Formats: sequence, structure tokens, C-alpha cells
Amino acid sequence: MALTQEQLAAKMEELKAFIEENKNVDGPLMPIMQKAQESFGYLSIEVMTMIADALDIPVSKIYGVATFYAQFSLTPKGDNIIQVCTGTACYVKGAQAVLDKVIEELGIHSGETTADGKFTIQDTRCLGCCGLAPVMTINEDVYGRMVPGQVKGILDKYRAL
Amino acid sequence: MKTIAELYARCEAMQPKMAVRRGLAQIEKDGYRRHVLICAGTGCTSSSSLKIAAALEENLKAQGLENDVKIVKTGCFGLCAVGPIMIVYPEGTFYSQVAVEDVAEIVETHLKNDKIVTRLVYSDEHTPKVEGQSVALSDTTFYKRQHRVALRNCGFIDPECIDEYIAMDGYKALAKVLTSMTPDDVIKVVLDSGLRGRGGGGFPTGMKWSFAKKSVSEKKYVVCNADEGDPGAFMDRSVLEGDPHAVIEAMAIAGFAIGADEGYVYVRAEYPIAVRRLKLAIEQARAEGLLGKNILGTGFNFDMQVRLGAGAFVCGEETALLTSIEGNRGEPKPRPPFPAVKGLFDKPTIINNVETYANIAQIINNGAEWFASMGKDKSKGTKVFALSGRIQHTGLVEIPMGTPLREIVYGVGGGVPNGKAFKAAQMGGPSGGCIPASLIDTNIDYDSLAAIGAMIGSGGLVVMDEDNCMVDIAKFFLEFTVDESCGKCTPCRVGIRKMLDILTRITEGNGEEGDIEKLEELAYMIKTNSLCGLGQTAPNPVLSTIRYFRDEYEAHIREKRCPAGACKKLSNFYILTDKCIGCGLCAKNCPVGAIERLPKEDFPDKKLAPFTIDTSKCIKCGVCLGNCKFKAIIKK
Ligand SMILES: Cc1cc2nc3c(=O)[nH]c(=O)nc-3n(C[C@H](O)[C@H](O)[C@H](O)COP(=O)(O)O)c2cc1C
Ligand code: FES
Repeated sequence: MALTQEQLAAKMEELKAFIEENKNVDGPLMPIMQKAQESFGYLSIEVMTMIADALDIPVSKIYGVATFYAQFSLTPKGDNIIQVCTGTACYVKGAQAVLDKVIEELGIHSGETTADGKFTIQDTRCLGCCGLAPVMTINEDVYGRMVPGQVKGILDKYRAL
Repeated sequence: MKTIAELYARCEAMQPKMAVRRGLAQIEKDGYRRHVLICAGTGCTSSSSLKIAAALEENLKAQGLENDVKIVKTGCFGLCAVGPIMIVYPEGTFYSQVAVEDVAEIVETHLKNDKIVTRLVYSDEHTPKVEGQSVALSDTTFYKRQHRVALRNCGFIDPECIDEYIAMDGYKALAKVLTSMTPDDVIKVVLDSGLRGRGGGGFPTGMKWSFAKKSVSEKKYVVCNADEGDPGAFMDRSVLEGDPHAVIEAMAIAGFAIGADEGYVYVRAEYPIAVRRLKLAIEQARAEGLLGKNILGTGFNFDMQVRLGAGAFVCGEETALLTSIEGNRGEPKPRPPFPAVKGLFDKPTIINNVETYANIAQIINNGAEWFASMGKDKSKGTKVFALSGRIQHTGLVEIPMGTPLREIVYGVGGGVPNGKAFKAAQMGGPSGGCIPASLIDTNIDYDSLAAIGAMIGSGGLVVMDEDNCMVDIAKFFLEFTVDESCGKCTPCRVGIRKMLDILTRITEGNGEEGDIEKLEELAYMIKTNSLCGLGQTAPNPVLSTIRYFRDEYEAHIREKRCPAGACKKLSNFYILTDKCIGCGLCAKNCPVGAIERLPKEDFPDKKLAPFTIDTSKCIKCGVCLGNCKFKAIIKK
């Protein structure tokens, strides 16, 4: 899902406008970085430099914040984001076996993206639907009461997309 | 709304509209005859409750019933495991596990022809199904023993409609405070109520407010901690999703008490529904003049905004949270100075948990004595717990402080499923400890739990049964804290990792004599030397499991055996030949071809010969166990 030059330029403009609007609020950095992460899917060096210039702070400060929080990513993510919840409720109901199966199926570890750019496995602790444990989500879709045996079938649906 | 009289009039005007939901017949001439409540909390939404609401809306329109039946999308009812949940008023019919396909039948049978759809009525081990009848939500075993204060409106009102909150006496506490109380009066009521922080620390809320009030500054802040980091806990999320105005009202009251005019709510980014509802509620309150300048014509100003977390557990710690709002890496700072003296942007700040705030308006309305009459000793009021794990009824429960654990597990929770034995309850998440089966009669309050090395924490209550290995659980929590340690101080950054290395070794069968003592020594060092609460409490799950399950640690270390059969490297999969019907599903799905059929001649009276697992080839992935419908595969 790479962006075209025009899309990229439009998103840059949008971010610039957002920064203009928010740079004078108290503590503007996090909301601006969250906006950038949301529109680009990751924080490229270009984006970080632009934020730094606009707020008149060093890029190193932005890099520091970006690497502290799990939500910010410095590399592009895959088309489909897989999260297997490893919160306590899911863990005691066997989430690890589900995660192991996803890892085995895709041949990548948590936090990595497949070579074809189709899937990223993302670490998650509690999605807030512990009643359905163990829970896996792919993008917006929620799969509750998972057993390892279901993993392949579910992944195949997204492989076919 | 510009005046308090208008607020009271609005509340009055709403009463006929809420009558149906209170079980009364329709009062207004053109009012709705029925209200259908559908849970739109995170749990039910992920089992498609919104699709059900949409299908219902469409169906009602098609039949011309849209002015007869009102659809109300509520916050969490608490019983997430049997969602999606639907309740039809005035009858109070309680439907569970509703599917989109059931909508047409509910409309035809119930909403048009006034007959209950028995098939969909909620039932459990104590409430059998009776044709044509439904148990009321409040009469189910899950609800009967609960006492709802913080969750009072959750699952009853539409959280996106400020008028429904006002109908439930919303914002009257704020009005009362602004017109007939001084800041000191407010603080005294909160102090007298005995309310203690629900975010984990249990610090007396009134005392915190009085410190902030005493700090002299032209600018102060009120902050709400909605970071809810304990994995497996979702009380705060449910309050924000189900009753956001309760938090807004309380923060304004706190602002009045300490002399602040600005508030921040710091919410976990993983809670999109809560964020959206909270933002909407703030806009509505602003539009109604309940936030902003000159609130209700009293001259009091207060406004607030929402900030999102970005996935860092340590940001639940108050000083880290405040730095994060300022736009920094969320690293904690040493206290003192406490936030009440020097907090957000270096100004005096109070920071309280969502559930703490959810109690405030009711304490103001009903009085300190009312609140203090619930609970016991130094633990007053109620506490919400997120009950999960190996338990019949997972969900949210609110009970008076001091209720015995047994009552929660067996009374409200309905016990452990599949005939397994209760082993322990883990409370307080990564900072907490476990309560073993032998102490199940312990009362759940701050002091009783502290005495046995556990804690109330923020309210996560995870039940474990005989199949859960306590060493593995301790390791699980340490993996979490290692991941989430911010790295600022060495005892936490290096010490916890060392403890995790030892635990990993033990669970993989490489434990050595003396490992338990090493763990205890490291734990002591980390607890006493870490900078913030994360490190100071991180060893707790290990210490508490060693305290109550030392024999399990020893079995791993000395016999290289996991008594619960949970540690992969120490357990094997077996097929019970008498239960195996020889269907072959396991062999078909085995990724390494480790499962083979036994010779037929050895099993003359079986139709198909059973299978067996070659443990030398087995990679212990567990696929066979997950697939077997006959419970013929075991792990031990
Ligand atoms: C590592 C760590 C994580 C915490 N996480 C939370 C949290 O998620 N939610 C919360 O309300 N308090 C959390 N706390 C407690 C807060 O520091 C603080 O005590 C609390 O927000 C005060 O509010 P209260 O007095 O109303 O409980 C955490 C503390 C520590 C040390
Ligand atoms: S622990 Fe997995 S959803 Fe809460």
C-alpha cells in the first residue's frame, strides 16, 4: 500500500496544517507525533525532521520520544496488522500457543513484517475484551476464543485479499 | 444551560422519557413504548453488537415501528462473556449471545407480538430457562450480590446523550458544590467518606486534594489517570465508555475544591471507543455550559481536554504520566516533590484514577456517611473488579470492599468451569500478588490483602485453575515488566532481567539449587532501590508465588517437572487410547508428522485404531490438543 508522490505530498501538507494549529498548545509534541504516525503509518526521518523544524526542537528529542513509546514505529508496517493479545486474561487461557502458531505460520517474530509486506505482528497487552479471551485481531477484525488450529484458516483469508 | 434551575428542569423533563426503562409503562402520549438496550462496549462491539443495532434499526423502520421502539446503545453491562447483550424494557427481558440473524425474530415475536423469545433468554446454572419468562438482569447470580456505585449508569444510560446522564441526577453534585459549599467543605466530605484512590496506591483522596488546595499558585491542574496499564483489567475503560459524564463532573468538582480551572484526561491509545465517547461528552458538556466559563452562572471556570497515551505501561505512574503530557519520554521522576506541590508544567496538580472520580458526584449527593457505610474498616465504599481467566462468568463486578474472595469467585463468578479446581487468584497485575486456594476466605480490602502479600491494585482479578503453572505466571509478569521498564534506573532495568533469566531457566528445566534464594535476594534489592513504583513492585508476583507455591518451584528445579503441565519444555503430549476414536484429525493437522495410528490388531473392539504421539518428534505446538473434539489428548 505504498503511497504515490501526490498522496505523500498531500499528507505532508495536512500534517503541516495540523502542526500550525497545535504548536501553541501546552505540550504539543505527542499529539503531533500521534497524528503523523496515524497518517503515514510510521515516522520517517523526513517527517521527524519536519516536526523538529516546525517546533524548533532537535530531531534527537523526537527520536527519543518515538523510541520510548510502543505506538510509534520507525519503519513502515505491513498491509495487515496482527495482534495476539498477551494480556493476563488471554495468557492464562492459552494466548501464547496462538501467538506461537501465528509466528510459525508467517515465519516472522513479534514486531516484524513479512518480506512481501503483507503482515506485521504487533505486541499487545490487553485489548479490553478479556471476556472473549484469548483474543486475536487483524486490522479491525476481532477473533475471540481462539485456538491454535484456527490460525491458518484465518490468515488464509487475508492472504487471499 | 445558564442556571441551576434550568438543570433541575431538564432533569424533571427527562423523567417521563426514562420511565419505560425503569420498568413503568409509557407515560408520554407520543413516547416510545419500548426501549431496547444494546451493549456497545468494547467486548460486545467485538462480537458485532453494532451490526445487531443496525439490523434492528433497519428492521424497525421497515415495519414502521421506529417511533414505537427506541434503540439505546449503552456501555458495558459487565457480563462480557455472554455478549452481545440486549435488554428490552419495560419488561426487562434479558437476552444474551444475540446474533444478527436473531433480530427479525425478536422484532416479530417480542416487539410486535409481546411474546418473549425464550430461546435467547439468558440462563445459567442457577437460572434455568422457563418458556415465556426471563430473569431480570438484577436477579442473576452475577448481579445479585453486586452493589453498583461507580458503575451505576453503565449499561443503563446512553453514554452519548448528556440528557440521560442529567436524568440520573447528573451534574446536580456540581451544582450543589458551586452554590452551597466552600472548597474546604468539599474536601471535608471527600475526606470523611473514606474514599481511597482506586488506581492502585489507595491514598486517601481527600488528603491529596487538601495538599493541592494548600499549594499556592495562580495555576493548578486536575488530571485523570485513564492509562489502565494492568493487562487484563478494564474497569476504567468501561466507566469511560458507559458513563463519561460522571468523570467530567467529578473533575470539575475537584477543580473547584483545589482551585484549578483546567483538566486533562490521559487515556490509553488502545481504547478508541472510550476516547471517542469521552471527547463527545466533553463537547456536549461545553455546549450545555457545564464546562467552560462561568459554569451555571456561578462564575466558576473549568475546561478540560483529552490526551492519548502511546503504549507505555510506566506512563500509568503519575509522574511519568505528567511528563508524557508535557511531550517527553515517559520516565518517572523522584518524589518529593509530589504532584500536589509541583506537577504538570511544574504547577500544583492532583491526579486521580477514573474509578476514584466515578464515586465523587455520588458522595457529594448522598453524603460522606452513605459512602462510609459501605465497606469496612479503612476500606470504604465499593470496588470494581475485572474478573477474568478460568472463571465461569468473566466480566465486570462491583462489590462492597471487604467481601470475601470466595464470594466473588463462587458467588458472582460462578466458579471455575470444566470441573477444574480453583488454584489461585492473581490481583494487582504486574505489581500484585496471588491469593492461593487456602486463603480464599480472605476479605478483599486494602489491609487484609496487604497482610497476605497481595494487593487490590487497580482491580484486575485473574482466576487460575490447576492447569496454570505459577512459575510460568510469575515469568509472564516479569516478561511484562522487563518490556515496560523505562530503563532510567539500574535496579529495575538490570535487576528484573536477571530475575527473568533465572525464571526462564527454571521453566526450561535448567533450574539449579539456590535459584529460589537468588530470586528472593534480587527481589529485595530491586524493591528497595528502584526509582518508581514499577520497579518497587515488579518482584511481587515472584515473591508471592514463591511464598505460596514453593513446592512448584522445587518440582521444576529438582525433578525437572511442571506439576500443572504448562511449561512446554517440561511436559509432553499424550493420546488417551480409550478416549481416542481414531478419527485422525490430529494426525492430519500435525505439522511435523509426529502422530501415527497404532496397529489395529491391538484394539479388536474398536472400530478404528487409536493414534499415538511420538514424543521425540513432537514440537509441542498444541495444535492436536486444540483440534481434538473428544478430549483424548492430554498434556502432562
Ligand atoms: C508502574 C505504575 C503503573 C501505574 N498504572 C496506573 C494506571 O494504569 N492507572 C491508574 O489509575 N494508576 C496507575 N498507577 C498509580 C498512579 O501512580 C497514581 O497513584 C494514581 O493515578 C493516583 O490516583 P488514585 O489516588 O485515584 O488512585 C500506576 C503506578 C505505577 C507505579
Ligand atoms: S487480556 Fe486479552 S483482551 Fe484483556
